[in-house]
Amino acid sequence: MQEKELNRRSFLQKSVYGIGYTLLGGVVWSAYLTKSQAQTLALRPPAALSEKDFLASCLHCGMCVSACPFDVLKLATVSDDVPTGTPYFTPRENACRLCIDVPCASACPTDALNLELLTKKEQFSINNAKMGLARVNTESCLAHLGLQCVMCIRACPLEDIAIMQKNERNERTGMHAYLTPVVNPEACTGCGLCEHACPTNTPSIKVFPLFLSAYERGSHYVVGWDREDEARAKQKTSDVTMEKTKRNEKSALENVNDVDGILKGLYHE
Amino acid sequence: MNKIFKYRYYLARRTTQLLVLGSYFLANLYGWEMVKGNLSSSLLLGFIPLSDPFATLQTFFAGAVISADILVGALVVLLFYAVLGGRFFCSWICPVNIITETAAALRRKLGLGSKDVPSLLSRQIRYWVIALTLLLSFLFSVSAFEVISPIGIAHRGVIFGFGMGWFFLLALFFFDLFSQKYGWCGHICPLGGFNALVGKYSLIKITHDVDKCIHSQECFLVCPEVQILHAVGKQSHIVTGKECIKCARCIEVCDSGAFEVSIVGIAKQLKEGA
Repeated sequence: MQEKELNRRSFLQKSVYGIGYTLLGGVVWSAYLTKSQAQTLALRPPAALSEKDFLASCLHCGMCVSACPFDVLKLATVSDDVPTGTPYFTPRENACRLCIDVPCASACPTDALNLELLTKKEQFSINNAKMGLARVNTESCLAHLGLQCVMCIRACPLEDIAIMQKNERNERTGMHAYLTPVVNPEACTGCGLCEHACPTNTPSIKVFPLFLSAYERGSHYVVGWDREDEARAKQKTSDVTMEKTKRNEKSALENVNDVDGILKGLYHE
Repeated sequence: MNKIFKYRYYLARRTTQLLVLGSYFLANLYGWEMVKGNLSSSLLLGFIPLSDPFATLQTFFAGAVISADILVGALVVLLFYAVLGGRFFCSWICPVNIITETAAALRRKLGLGSKDVPSLLSRQIRYWVIALTLLLSFLFSVSAFEVISPIGIAHRGVIFGFGMGWFFLLALFFFDLFSQKYGWCGHICPLGGFNALVGKYSLIKITHDVDKCIHSQECFLVCPEVQILHAVGKQSHIVTGKECIKCARCIEVCDSGAFEVSIVGIAKQLKEGA
């Protein structure tokens, strides 16, 4: 009888310990998982879902990594600043070659790499990939010094579509031209061949994931000289408001002559 | 020769573990079409999909759309587990098993951890960890266990490179060596727990013959899930504990041959359990 009571007690004690350890582990584990949700600078293989959906779907099997014929893709280890076990690539070391048959995404058993994302206007093409967007750093770019470099432009698989050469007069010499690279955000696939080719010590053209590079101005800014954008404002159906605020209840002239109002504004009343 | 005989299952298991891992490694290195992927998900002979059901369940909770390939792959493995025993994976395939069994053997050799030291962890923790895995997968939209799994770190490490991942495995080794006998595999690992649940009524079971038992206690020393041997030496029975990892160490160490591998129908198991 007494032994039974002791057994019961030790069982209860063990259960409490068990729940306690599970909670402890759960808290530490959660802290680690929030880190995996931090936006990563890693570039994902072509046809990857948005980062959040990609992380949810990826099974960490590495079949895309094995399928890559140029050994571009790597599977993140715990040392990498990318969620463990997910595929990524670093263009400066090895850039995506935009294989027309997309072996990596074809090998993916889940929908984490989804070939349907490469179909636009009913045309399937690897050129529809959006792995990131290249940005030029004009301060270190050789072309912006006035040298004829064009390495990134020649390296681009979509030369003259995704990256173009802009010719400008070099005022310093008065007899030469600047032949500078300009990226077209609509067409850039983010393959990183430009970054890989760039001869400066740190790449002067660099591919960033879309959340960093595809800057969004915000829909409340309207470009008045762009007919389409102006029409968007006039429709009033969008999130652009044209209603009068307190400031513009009066006409411009009234505002200018309203000394009291201006003083009030100055002293934040 | 006798020594090899005493380790026949042990050697067979190590060989299988290394063969499986080795073929994944070589397949990735040389681009073989026969095997693709790793222990999370793979494609055998170019047409047999295999997927870890627990990992698949996590991606489902994380909000992923489960593709047909993965679903079929998970069902194939589930069927395999249900028939052979889910924890068959633990002792015959899982690379972490090599680490933890080595730690346990060393622990025995060094005489660490006597019977007077009470067990730190409950054997039931793994089932709580399963629930926690699915909850965290849902909350954080990421397969929670796959991100930290030492099993994943081990097999991905061998196939694609470790990084500093082997630090985790070393930590696991020390935990099992110093803190808790079979701490990871026998208490915490949710994959082991999941596989145990799936293979509860597996057809392959260990049977015990009490008439042959000489009460040498050897089986208790080596069994990683010693609680399932509670009736050993008391009566002849089928070892029905779902946590049995089918490592067959009990068969090897028993000089009197009181243990045997048997194929037992579910009806008989239910009768025995009742």
